Amino acid sequence: MGFGITVLVLALVLALLWRPLGAYMARIYGGEMRWLAWLERPVYRAIGVDPSSEQSWKRYAGATVVFSAVSVVFVYLIERLQGVLPLNPQHLPAVPPLLALNTAISFMTNTNWQNYAGEATMSYLTQMAALAVQQFLSAAVGIQVALVLVRGFSRRESPTVGNFWVDLVRGSIYLLLPISAVMTLVFVSQGAVQTLAGPAHVHDALNGVSQTIPLGPVASMSVIKQLGTNGGGFFNANSADPFENPTGLTNLLEIVLLLCIPFSLTYTFGRMVGSLRQGLALLATMVVLFGAVLGMSLAAEVGPNPAVRAAGVTSQSGGNEVGKETRFGPAASDLFDIASTSTSTGSVDAANDSFTPIGGAGLLVGMMLGEVSPGGVGSGLYTMLLFAVVAVFVGGLMVGRTPEYLGKKIQAREVKLASLGVLMMPVTVLTLAALAVALPAGRSAVLNLGPHGFSEILYAFVSQANNNGSAFAGLSANTAFYNLTGALAMTLGRLGIMLPVLALGGALAAKPKVAETAGTMRTDRPVFVGLLLGTVVLVGGLTFLPALALGPIAESLVGPGRLFG
Amino acid sequence: MSVASNPVAGRARKQLAWLDRRVMTRALLESLRKLDPRVQVRNPVMFVVCVGTVVTAAESVARPTVFDWGVTVTLLATVIFANFAEATAESRGRAQAASLRQTRTGTQARRLGAEGREERVSAAELRRGDRVVCEPGDLIPSDGDVVEGVASVDESAVTGESAPVIRESGGDRSAVTGGTRVLSDRIVVQISAEPGQTFLDRMIELVEGANRQKTPNELALTILLAALTIIFIPVCVALAPFAGYAGGQVSVVILVALLVCLIPTTIGALISAIGIAGMDRLVQRNVLAMSGRAVEAAGDVNTLLLDKTGTITLGNRRAEQFYPVGRVAERKLAEAAQLASLADDTPEGRSIVVLAKERFGIRERQLAGEHAIVPFSARTRMSGIDMGGHQIRKGAADAVRAWVEERGGQLPPDLTPLVERLAQAGSTPLVVAENASALGVIELKDVVKAGIRARFDEMRRMGIRTVMVTGDNPLTAATIAAEAGVDDFLAEATPETKLALIRREQEGGRLVAMAGDGTNDAPALAQADVGVAMNTGTMAAKEAGNMVDLDSNPTKLIEVVAIGKQLLITRGALTTFSIANDVAKYFAIIPALFVTTYPQLGALNVLRLHSPHTAVLSAVIFNALVIVALIPLAVRGVRYRPASASALLRRNLLIYGVGGLVAPFVFIKLIDMALAALGLH
Amino acid sequence: MLLHLRRALLAMLVLTVILGLAYPLAETGLAQWWFPAQASGSIGRDGSSLVGQHWQGREWFHGRPDPDDPGATGGSQLGPTSKVLEQEVRAALRAEHALGVEHPPANLVTSSGSGVDPDISPAAALAQVDQVARARHLSRARLRRLVRAVEQGPELGFLGEPVINVLALNQALQKLADRSR
Repeated sequence: MGFGITVLVLALVLALLWRPLGAYMARIYGGEMRWLAWLERPVYRAIGVDPSSEQSWKRYAGATVVFSAVSVVFVYLIERLQGVLPLNPQHLPAVPPLLALNTAISFMTNTNWQNYAGEATMSYLTQMAALAVQQFLSAAVGIQVALVLVRGFSRRESPTVGNFWVDLVRGSIYLLLPISAVMTLVFVSQGAVQTLAGPAHVHDALNGVSQTIPLGPVASMSVIKQLGTNGGGFFNANSADPFENPTGLTNLLEIVLLLCIPFSLTYTFGRMVGSLRQGLALLATMVVLFGAVLGMSLAAEVGPNPAVRAAGVTSQSGGNEVGKETRFGPAASDLFDIASTSTSTGSVDAANDSFTPIGGAGLLVGMMLGEVSPGGVGSGLYTMLLFAVVAVFVGGLMVGRTPEYLGKKIQAREVKLASLGVLMMPVTVLTLAALAVALPAGRSAVLNLGPHGFSEILYAFVSQANNNGSAFAGLSANTAFYNLTGALAMTLGRLGIMLPVLALGGALAAKPKVAETAGTMRTDRPVFVGLLLGTVVLVGGLTFLPALALGPIAESLVGPGRLFG
Repeated sequence: MSVASNPVAGRARKQLAWLDRRVMTRALLESLRKLDPRVQVRNPVMFVVCVGTVVTAAESVARPTVFDWGVTVTLLATVIFANFAEATAESRGRAQAASLRQTRTGTQARRLGAEGREERVSAAELRRGDRVVCEPGDLIPSDGDVVEGVASVDESAVTGESAPVIRESGGDRSAVTGGTRVLSDRIVVQISAEPGQTFLDRMIELVEGANRQKTPNELALTILLAALTIIFIPVCVALAPFAGYAGGQVSVVILVALLVCLIPTTIGALISAIGIAGMDRLVQRNVLAMSGRAVEAAGDVNTLLLDKTGTITLGNRRAEQFYPVGRVAERKLAEAAQLASLADDTPEGRSIVVLAKERFGIRERQLAGEHAIVPFSARTRMSGIDMGGHQIRKGAADAVRAWVEERGGQLPPDLTPLVERLAQAGSTPLVVAENASALGVIELKDVVKAGIRARFDEMRRMGIRTVMVTGDNPLTAATIAAEAGVDDFLAEATPETKLALIRREQEGGRLVAMAGDGTNDAPALAQADVGVAMNTGTMAAKEAGNMVDLDSNPTKLIEVVAIGKQLLITRGALTTFSIANDVAKYFAIIPALFVTTYPQLGALNVLRLHSPHTAVLSAVIFNALVIVALIPLAVRGVRYRPASASALLRRNLLIYGVGGLVAPFVFIKLIDMALAALGLH
Repeated sequence: MLLHLRRALLAMLVLTVILGLAYPLAETGLAQWWFPAQASGSIGRDGSSLVGQHWQGREWFHGRPDPDDPGATGGSQLGPTSKVLEQEVRAALRAEHALGVEHPPANLVTSSGSGVDPDISPAAALAQVDQVARARHLSRARLRRLVRAVEQGPELGFLGEPVINVLALNQALQKLADRSR
């Protein structure tokens, strides 16, 4: 009952936000927003950028790569030097080199895969000034890369696609910062922590328990980790931790935060290409995929946990409560985690590893589809547009014309770039996962045995190559092998897709627009939504079916009562 | 000139039954020859199948089992079937080429020397600019323009049309094609093609598919197919360690079988056959495309520029009615009109004489006595005759009016309204005047072809805008345009305005197709995205366009568009089918693959296939047979009916998408039952 | 490339100052000013109401079988077909049975996502009423009323689940016991 209302309210809030937020983003990246000019202009001056200048896609891509590299170095240095830097009340030592590298790449790529427990590893300074800054900037970069692609469609015969630095500053200052600033205080009012004081030492006279409770500037990070679909929590327990996500209300708000930009970007897209229906078609595709994945996972997750049943617990009326917080319950936790895995966020308010086989398969499938339902900020839109290019190509041929999408002819170059972008993730995942299960260094890291152990390894690479960052966290991934392969997966999943996307944006922007006639395949109709869904499922998802068969599908079929260990 | 009586319905002339035995035998031999790895590597999808075949063959040799050999043989068959598809398409073209080539062998030419002396040379020695003489019975040795004389020519060798055509110097009917035969009269032809580059040569090259370049869309599709192939390689390779993790083992043969089933072999096998067959279909309709690119562009056309005369209306205007003005009797008008037209050999002039005879029995007279013919000129825009004291003129209304007024004559008040009324009705009013008085008006009427309107409605549904191009005044043009149902018209067209119109359309992002024949059409033909030159036209026009219609039928533009679309649709449909097939194959193979690892995965065996081995074999056999089954479709092209893009997409998604999803479930089950019945397990 | 590098370094510095220092410090200031208790961890006399504690003995209501170590948060990550999970749950069940809780709801014998879950479901609290009543010689009805009194949520009537904060319940229990002594 309560859960049904939660879903309805969530849908309503997102629907209400769709248009204003989407329009706001279009205006931000169109340079129409001025209200923070006092903050924006000095930044341009400091960087030495003329806000009216534009770059070719190659220069834009160059800036993206260089800035990403600088981000990694910057985060790495702070991690390594945190012992001697201020704001380290717990006197935490330097982060070990491989872990520091993995973490730096993880946050630069918007993945936020965490091979560490934040409360015991990262100083306040590292959390605030290194990790949380990347949560802003990697999100901004994701959105602006999507915007470049959208500009590719909306511009005609343009040699330029925008200015990396200007887009970066605008996205951070006008979009992410104000929303975070407001929401942080809402979170604090609910019980989220926001302090620079060190850990609190408490003693309970009733039961004689003494605790040392780590605190920190948590709320300001919790908000941007959701809004920017980053997912990296201040604490190891992430959004399951009561200090990050104290109440049912913050739980819903966190879901809203992580879904609002990815969904609303379809409005931005529709508006910029001059047809809201085009944006609606993408939105509809995303919603259908999201609904299907959620439905599948939810149906399993409100059912019993097989191991708990085997232990003799007669009633699991609430569903699978293992690894779930009491205040959220299995259904809302599943909604949160599905939303998080479907948006490349990767924050969790429950232990994913303890989901039922099919409940966990939902988490995996949300990512395996390529993070398009609705996907991460920007990355969801641009990946969906890659699929759309492929769908348009096949569908366009079927109506007997050189395929065109939004007036742009889809030819060899576009198909090549879109294919490259679509290919990158599955090839990366399967290659690295195969390597991991083949090597003792990969196999020995699993916690759970049987098919679930395979799922842990598979999940790790699916998550990292999709820049999601959630985990079947039983995997002990803070090893040289996983730190390095993970860093590779995250980099390929980020730049390996972004660069083709930027090139595609450039190629499209340079093209003239073809007139639309009755002979043009409509891309704003239900038939196209069906075609796009088919493309995402067949081209994106089907590649993982055999792997899923050996993981969650086998796990769900081997029962009942067969346990591993 | 041969305008087919129903030019809209294109007839496939040289259609060969595709089961023609000779063609088939040749194709079979050819498909074995194509097993050469150097050929295979050009098609990434089939190359992977080849490599897979080698792997399974090695496995089969090492540990021979019926199953392993079964898979190996099936995979080999898959490759051969793909080769066969291509070879079939090619050999159909070859058969056509052979019949074309017959006309070319051993032609002798009579070259004119510097002082008009003739010398006999072989056709192969002729260079551009040489002049040759052709007399009745001679084969014209090479392409060229008639520079002297007029002759009737049998072009059936090239066009397949048996009715002879007239070729004459000057005008727009000067081009002759090598390999055609002069039937009457002597002509001198100036050769316009270097040896080996005549139309016939190019046509042969084209239908044979020699040096075939991948067209842009084909190239893009090849890239997509390569990507879909690359994706599935790690999918299958990774399964070995994945299953190993679970303590199971998977057979290499089954992994290869899975890979072959997942990569888009159906479309990969048929893609080049589709392209070759598409060109072939064009040739069957007597259209010669200079490149595959042009055929694809035809499918993309948004705007069709159609000449009014011959395309929208029947060839020529006909005199319909005499309208006397003032107090002139109709018969007097008819007599004057007839006199003025006696020397006028244009079809319009003839029709005036005919009308006068029909109406008033005025006979054709031999012009006796002192008379002077005043021929039509573009400057005066009238023609007529001076006879004794009579000066009779007929011509454009304003020209004749000016002529009368020049002579101090008065125009009857009813003339101007009459002229306007007729013009508005879509007719061409010709004013007839004698000395200083206007006698009346002859109504020349365009006759819009039957069925053309429906044709244009069809175009509109396909999203193609039709623009009628005519030299008529805007009023006349508007009426005919409305009657014919075209979307727009260009009146008082000149080569410049035509070119400007094309440029304007292109700036709006539209692709333009047009047909043309005259030298002054050349710039527009060159500018258009698809320019179909009439074979009867000048060499300049033929060289400017990217297609030549050997039938010289401008209406064929519409068919060319349909063929271009059909080509693309066939590719898209088979791609969709190929990808959709994957689902069923997964369900057949995955349970079989992991039968030792997790027998519980047998729950995924939704088809209840007999055994793991029959399941895998059924999937690969289906995969191979579907190629053969689809060869006719690939060669013929999928059925194309003009419709809106939305309707086409819905239809094709349903047939090839949903069909592609369902069909393999049915057929794999059937094959499995057959294998089980054969005792395989 | 050098220009890119220069700009990247400058942008990194400037944006870190804005997003990595100014933003969190300003938020901290405001949070500490407006919501000092929440911002500092909702810590009262007996610890934080948001961090679970380990309660032993029959005199107290127990929370979930979590490690309750706020310095190392997180769930057990045991999978749904894990024999270890089965054994842990079995052990938790045995412990509950030993305390006299016959049919504990699942959340009372399974660990949470945070490892410091401060709450249990109302059913889990009610299931322990008999045990506590016997140990403390209090009436079951009073304890049930007590449970109902500390029940919180769902917020706005639909957000999340109704919960019993174990610390709050035990604090109320202590108060009740003190009064009835």
